[in-house]
Amino acid sequence: MGHVVIDVMLKPEILDPQGQAVNGALPRLGFEQFTDVRQGKRFVLTVDGEVTDEVLAAAREAAEKLLSNPVIEDVVSVRDSAHDEDPGR
Amino acid sequence: MKVGVVTFPGSLDDRDAARAVRAVGGEAVSLWHGDADLKGVDAVILPGGFSYGDYLRCGAIARFAPVMDALIPAAQGGLPVLGICNGFQVLCESHLLPGALIRNDHRKFNCVDQRLVVENASTAWTSDFEAGQEITVVLKNGEGGFVADERTLDELEVEGRVVFRYAGDNPNGSYRAIAGISNDRGNIVGLMPHPEHCVEEGYGPSTDGLPFFTSVLRQVVSA
Repeated sequence: MGHVVIDVMLKPEILDPQGQAVNGALPRLGFEQFTDVRQGKRFVLTVDGEVTDEVLAAAREAAEKLLSNPVIEDVVSVRDSAHDEDPGR
Repeated sequence: MKVGVVTFPGSLDDRDAARAVRAVGGEAVSLWHGDADLKGVDAVILPGGFSYGDYLRCGAIARFAPVMDALIPAAQGGLPVLGICNGFQVLCESHLLPGALIRNDHRKFNCVDQRLVVENASTAWTSDFEAGQEITVVLKNGEGGFVADERTLDELEVEGRVVFRYAGDNPNGSYRAIAGISNDRGNIVGLMPHPEHCVEEGYGPSTDGLPFFTSVLRQVVSA
């Protein structure tokens, strides 16, 4: 079983109210050094067998078509989780 | 005169939209998200609600429902389509309208009687208004912030495709206080506020929603 990890972030120029809410909470916990927070999304897609180039290409297409909205978001990474130290599952 | 109202899983305001159509003498036809069939209707309303639980992004999953396979080409061909709230989000996700809707800048759910200025009274859904007219209709959403890049915003302004603008304080951080827009032909209109809740005395702040529905009836009859 293989896993493709896809990370999607709001474009830098788009306001991120969720990130702002998190940013507002950090100082209350004593984390004073962080000046901004942006919140994104991670998708983990599972396939039977290996993550081949075809699988990655299909994942890229899914990321552009459904998992992100190109008007407000960027697909920042599409990768085989086997290359990650922590696949994040 | 038949106006279709699409029901997605999680639609809330489909019945009110159908009721508004009947209030002005139209026939409301229920359309099902799972059927790629518009049943020969003369216009379509995508209603408010939380289709597919607003999962992924508001409207993102509804955009790929079978009914949209029929609706998108029909809308591109000139069929009048009105997207209200979640319906507006579906139209943007479908790229039938530019831009996107994001979480309100103040992060709270809005539920207010909202004043709007009708900026364009020549679309299929606004011809019974006067340009510049101020109306009050219900606004209720958590993700109503309209965003687009500067070039798109400028295009919308220059081409007169900003159909509604918030009057008074901007309720959700929408760029340029945009509440509703249209495509270049004016048959597709999307807005966050809810005209379908404002068609009868005693059930809302006004009856300012009625002209949306009389406009499209007139448009179809004369077409």
